[in-house]
This record gives sequence, structure tokens and C-alpha cells, in this order.
Amino acid sequence: MSDAPATRFESPASVREGLRRVQYLADEGIAGVVFLAERLGKPVLVEGPAGTGKTQLAKSVAEMTGARLIRLQCYEGLDESKALYEWNYKKQLLRIQAQRVAESDGAGNGWSDIEDDIFSEPFLLTRPLLEAIRAEEPVVLLIDEVDRVEVETEALLLEILSDYQVSIPELGTVSATQIPLVFLTSNNTRELSEALKRRCLFLHIDYPDLDREKEIVLTRVPGISEALADQVVRIVRSVRSLELKKAPSVSETLDWARTLLLLGIQSVDAATATETLHILLKYQSDIDKAAKDLAASAT
Amino acid sequence: MTDGLPLGSSAGLLESLGGFVKELRTAGIPVSLTENLDAVEALRHVPLEDRDAFKYALAATMVKNNAHWKTFETVFEVYFSLRGRQYDIAGGDDDQAVEEAIAGLLGARQGDGHGSAEGLTNEQLAEMLFRALMDGNDPMMRAIARAAVTRYAGMEPGRPVGGTYYLYRTLRQLDLDAVLKRMMEQTRQQASGGPTDLEERLAREEYEHRLDALRREIEAEIRRRLVADRGAEAVAKSIRKPLPEDIDFMHASREELVALRKAIAPLTRKLAVRLARKRRHGRKGPLDFRSTVRHSLSYGGVPADPKFRYPRPSKPEIMVVADISGSVAAFARFTLQMVYAISSQFSRVRSFVFIDGIDEVTDYFKGNEDIASAIHRINTEADVIWVDGHSDYGHALEVFWDRWGRDVNPKTTVLLLGDARNNYHAAQAWVIAEMSKKARHVYWLNPEPRSYWDTGDSIVSQYATHCDGAYECRNLKQLERFVEQLG
Repeated sequence: MSDAPATRFESPASVREGLRRVQYLADEGIAGVVFLAERLGKPVLVEGPAGTGKTQLAKSVAEMTGARLIRLQCYEGLDESKALYEWNYKKQLLRIQAQRVAESDGAGNGWSDIEDDIFSEPFLLTRPLLEAIRAEEPVVLLIDEVDRVEVETEALLLEILSDYQVSIPELGTVSATQIPLVFLTSNNTRELSEALKRRCLFLHIDYPDLDREKEIVLTRVPGISEALADQVVRIVRSVRSLELKKAPSVSETLDWARTLLLLGIQSVDAATATETLHILLKYQSDIDKAAKDLAASAT
Repeated sequence: MTDGLPLGSSAGLLESLGGFVKELRTAGIPVSLTENLDAVEALRHVPLEDRDAFKYALAATMVKNNAHWKTFETVFEVYFSLRGRQYDIAGGDDDQAVEEAIAGLLGARQGDGHGSAEGLTNEQLAEMLFRALMDGNDPMMRAIARAAVTRYAGMEPGRPVGGTYYLYRTLRQLDLDAVLKRMMEQTRQQASGGPTDLEERLAREEYEHRLDALRREIEAEIRRRLVADRGAEAVAKSIRKPLPEDIDFMHASREELVALRKAIAPLTRKLAVRLARKRRHGRKGPLDFRSTVRHSLSYGGVPADPKFRYPRPSKPEIMVVADISGSVAAFARFTLQMVYAISSQFSRVRSFVFIDGIDEVTDYFKGNEDIASAIHRINTEADVIWVDGHSDYGHALEVFWDRWGRDVNPKTTVLLLGDARNNYHAAQAWVIAEMSKKARHVYWLNPEPRSYWDTGDSIVSQYATHCDGAYECRNLKQLERFVEQLG
């Protein structure tokens, strides 16, 4: 998949096919939005419940296109010195001190020389966003869990997302040599600002439907029989329909399928399902509820 | 089914798109000008004959909130559904063709004298539906849905209805409950030695899923015909539904209540996170000397980056006193759910429910993290009926003050929930007056529109004069706004 970067994708169908090759089973919506993102040069905001493959999508797209993945993990208190760039204070300090030593030896340079010197490339620490902009080769930029930063910090993403450039007061504006594919993921713990949403294409990844989840289980869990996979995804769907604190995610479905396979179970009955529920669900109250519900079907 | 798009020229497309965007905005989805332009730009890159790609291109550029997806889908169906002569309400030759095609699919089984001119009998159609559902045969199911609408809905051109009635008529004829029963019986017979209970349950869920799909298909079919008859604008107007956050608590239908229940979980989660952050970042406290010196080391001993301690303000205690009589029960339920979801923001939450008697229900929420079962226990176990089970605010408040009044202290915030429709009993507003003297705040939340307050037997302003505030809380949006300022 090392086509010219200008048009990496031909059609939504080819995106889907490419993702399948790297073991990511996309539905039409996902493939369509990834295709558009590349064509329009717009970032994609991916939202959805935890564990439905939001982060994996970015990784898989990177793998598919052979691009480098640059990842910015967001957290509360993230600021531009961690996201964009930072001046290397310690190195600057050493530089100034070295200058003083030189001056006391009699070889004096003016302050302006030092100033020009310490605010230049060698003293700049690039952080993920700047790195993605400056990269020569194709990159995929993943901004993970963007809902964790404060609203004010979001603003620092806006310049990158709309114009693919970073302004550094001392150096000027750094523009992208190539337009990176940008994915932002959000667990929706807060409403993102309108300004951010407006700049992005929106993609909601929900729990996959029965057939797709079954296919995912079959690809991701080698050695599982089709009958067992079928049963697994059906039970998971049934558990998801309960009112739970945290519904089982796709990754938990996969864990459960692997466990059943390791235990050498050919066919799941209510008892086995109840015993292994703790792999699927992470809250005691949820486990109790699901166990009760599965037991109720046995009466 | 990709050949019927009504979008011959790009001018026609832009026109359709204009109406579509207008309808989205009217339905409450905010579509900005740039988003509209992005959509047009996006459409240049997708093949127009690919309906799914077309739909996702529009969704990705214009709908930025998953709660709006359903509304978008409905409007999309109305504006860009397949149109053409075959969807005429009267039913043309094409319907005949569909039935013939079905008969063809069915093959030799139809050799018993029913010619294609007469079409199939109702029993035969039902039989085919049953088989299609059993096999999960989607194309067949769609064809049958079309045939069923033609046959049973009895649609009349020009009637300004939303289609619910047609849906009801079609479904009544198909009798899906009986179909489900029959499918389950068939499954039991097919499995050797009888299916296990788990298998049976999973089979039932699968069938219910398919029946839902059929129902949606029928609904879509009816809508398509309505659009063909009356045009997209008119249909969109008659089926317009409020977004989940705008649904009125007092008049929510069963379907809307389900939507509300789904919408409230993410909303409360967001609210909890937001409040926790607000507490941590609200104000800055005194200088943290130790931390400042520690951080100054990286700047050569210059305290360039002063650090502060964060204050820990005391958390309020909440008392919720809720009317749970029929008309306002849903409102009480959602408010309790929201308050308990953010209970970590309060030092303590106590809840009381009343109709004409009052009972404390705090214990129902303890150790039981499942809000649904707590609500169920409130409805079945709480002792809230004193005389006749008609709201009596006066008596309930009096008893509250007698039994729990001494627990109200200057840290307590009291929330009173109800429409204050007192059935002309004594108001006993002095209780509220006493309460607001002792408590930190007393708020009244009323699920009725403000214009209805103090009409008929509503005496809300008699209570409200003693409260710190009376708020109209008709939908999730208003409720969320109120709860946020509590924390």
C-alpha cells in the first residue's frame, strides 16, 4: 500500500479491504469516514463507548498505509509544553553559563548573539504535535482521549487541526510538509467545544452488530470454532441489553472467547457463562445482575 | 436498490440538500454554515449512486453528536428515500410484480391454483413471512414488508397523517406476537433433545431482533409512500420528534421514556466528571512553599513557577423530597437518578418520596448501585399512601417536618420535586418557611411549564415564596443545568 500519498485511497471499499488486511474489520461507516478524511484533508473525531476499537482504528490505518504513528495521550493538565514544543531551559542555562566562562576569559560576545543562539533549533524540544507537522514521511497523528483536557487547552489544537501549522513566537510558523491523517478519540466524558467539532469529521463507533462481532472474534482468536464464536457473540449481545454500569466491550468479548478456548469449552451453557462472567464484566453489581439474569433463563 | 436516487443533476442535489439542512436545523440539530459547505465538498468525493456512502458523508460532516443520529436518520430517509412510481400509494402494477416475484422465490410450492393475477392469499403471505424470518432472509423480508403495506395499511392519498396509524394497521394484520410464538415452537422441535434454556433464550433474542428489523422496514416503507404522496417537507413536519434532551418528562410516551433512560446515563457521567473538575480547579489556595522551591530548582533556583495548594471546600448535604404520584413520577425518577449519580459530590444524599404520606427511601439506594432496581423498590415498597393516594403536599410536608425536620441543618440543601397540585388540600406553607430558615438552600423543581403554575389546584407560588428558587425542569436539558449549579 505504498501509493503516492496524494491519493492513498481509491474508494471506501478499498479502505475497507485494506483495513481488513491488517485485521481491522471496519463497517461501511468507518471506511467511508476514513476515506473522506483522507480526501478532504480533515481530522476525524472518533467517539464511542470504551473498548470498541477507536484507538485501534488509528493504529490500523497507520499500519495499512505504512505511515509512522505519532501519539499524543491527553490528560488533565496537558499544556503546550507537553503537546506542542518546549524550550530546553536546562540546555539554555548551560549555554549562558558557558558564555560567562568564555567572557571571563576575555573572549566576549554580545547578549544578542546568545539570544539568537538559545532560541534556535538545537534548543527546541519537539512534542508530538510539532513532530507530526515537521515529519517528512507520511504520518498518522493520534490524539487520544481528547475529552480529558480542559476546554482552554483544546484551543491549542485548533491551529493544527484546521491549518496544519504551528506558530512559535521565536521561530515563526512551521507548516506541514505533508498533511497528516489525524484521529482524535473521545470517550465523551464531556462535551467538546463547537470549534473543535466543526473542524472535524465525526465518527461514532458503537458496539458492532452480531455478524461483524462474530467475524472479529473469528479473525482475532485463532483456533476458535465458528459455533463457539457464534454463541459467544450472542451471549454478549444478550448481556449488553441489560442495564449495566459498564457493558462488555469488544476487547472483553475477545478476552472471554480466548478464555473459553483455553478452558477447552466447546459449547457454552448457563453455568459456564456465569462462572466466567468476571472476564466480561468489571463491576460486582454488574456481574451479580447478569448472573441472576442468565440463571433466570434456566428456570 | 441503488438505482432510484432522485438526484439527476447537481442543481437538484443542492436543492434537496438545502431542504434537508433546513429540516435538520428545525429538528434541533445545529448545522453550521461551514459544516454545510463541508458536506457539499464531501459529496464531490463519494459516488452518488452509493447510498450508504452518501449517507455517511452527510452524517460525518453535519451530525457531531451521537444522540442526534436517530433524528438524522429519519430526516435522511424522508429527504433521500427512493422515490418513483412504484411507491405510489394506490399501488400500481409494480406491487403486483413484487408479489409475483415473491411467488417466484417460493417456487413450485404455489402450484395450487392461485394464479398470479389474484396474487397470494393472506395466509400464504403470512407463511412466507414466517419462513423468511426463520431463515433470516433479508431481501425476502423487505419484499414482504412492501407487500404487507400495500395490502393492509389501507393508505389514502392526501391525508395529513404521520403514518403511525398505518403502521398499527399493518402490524395488527401480521400479528407478530403469534409469529414469534410459532418461531419458538419450531426451534424447540428442531433441536434434538430440546434446546437448553440458554439456547432458547438466545434464539428468542435473535428472533426479536429480526422482528424489530421487519417493523422498521415496514415503517420505512410507509414513510416512503407518504413522501411520494405529499412531499418531503410535509412528511418531515408531521413526524418530527423532539431530541432526547428536549423530551418533556410529563408527556413522554413509553418509547420516549426508553430514549430518556438511554440518554441520561452518559449525561450524568459527564456531569459527574465536570463537577469533580470544577471542585478541583475552582479557586486557587495559598502558596505551596515546598512545591514551589522544589520546582524552582530546574530554573536555577529562581521561583519562576509558583505552586498553590488547592482548597477543599466542604461538600453540601442533599435532601431530595419527591412527589411520586402518577403525573410526575417520571420526573422524580430522573431527578433521583441524576442526584445519585453525582452523589460523590455531596457529603450525604437522603431521599424521601411522598404522595399523600411520606417515607424515607435512602436505604434503597445503599449498597445497591443499580438505580433501576432502587426505583422499582420505591414504587413497590415505599409507604407513601396515607388516605386515598391523591397528592397531598400539605400533609406530606408536615409529616416530613415532624419526623426529619431536626436533621435539616445549615449544611443541608433541600430539593422539593413536584408540580404542587395539591388537590385543594391545606398548603401548610409554613413548613417551607421554617425549612428555609434552617437549611442552607431550599429549591423547588417543577416539571410543569411555567405558564401552568398556579392554575387550577397548583399552589407552587405559595411554597416558592419561601424557597431560594423555583425552577422549571421539563426536560433533561433544564434538569442538567440545575443539577450542575448544585455541586
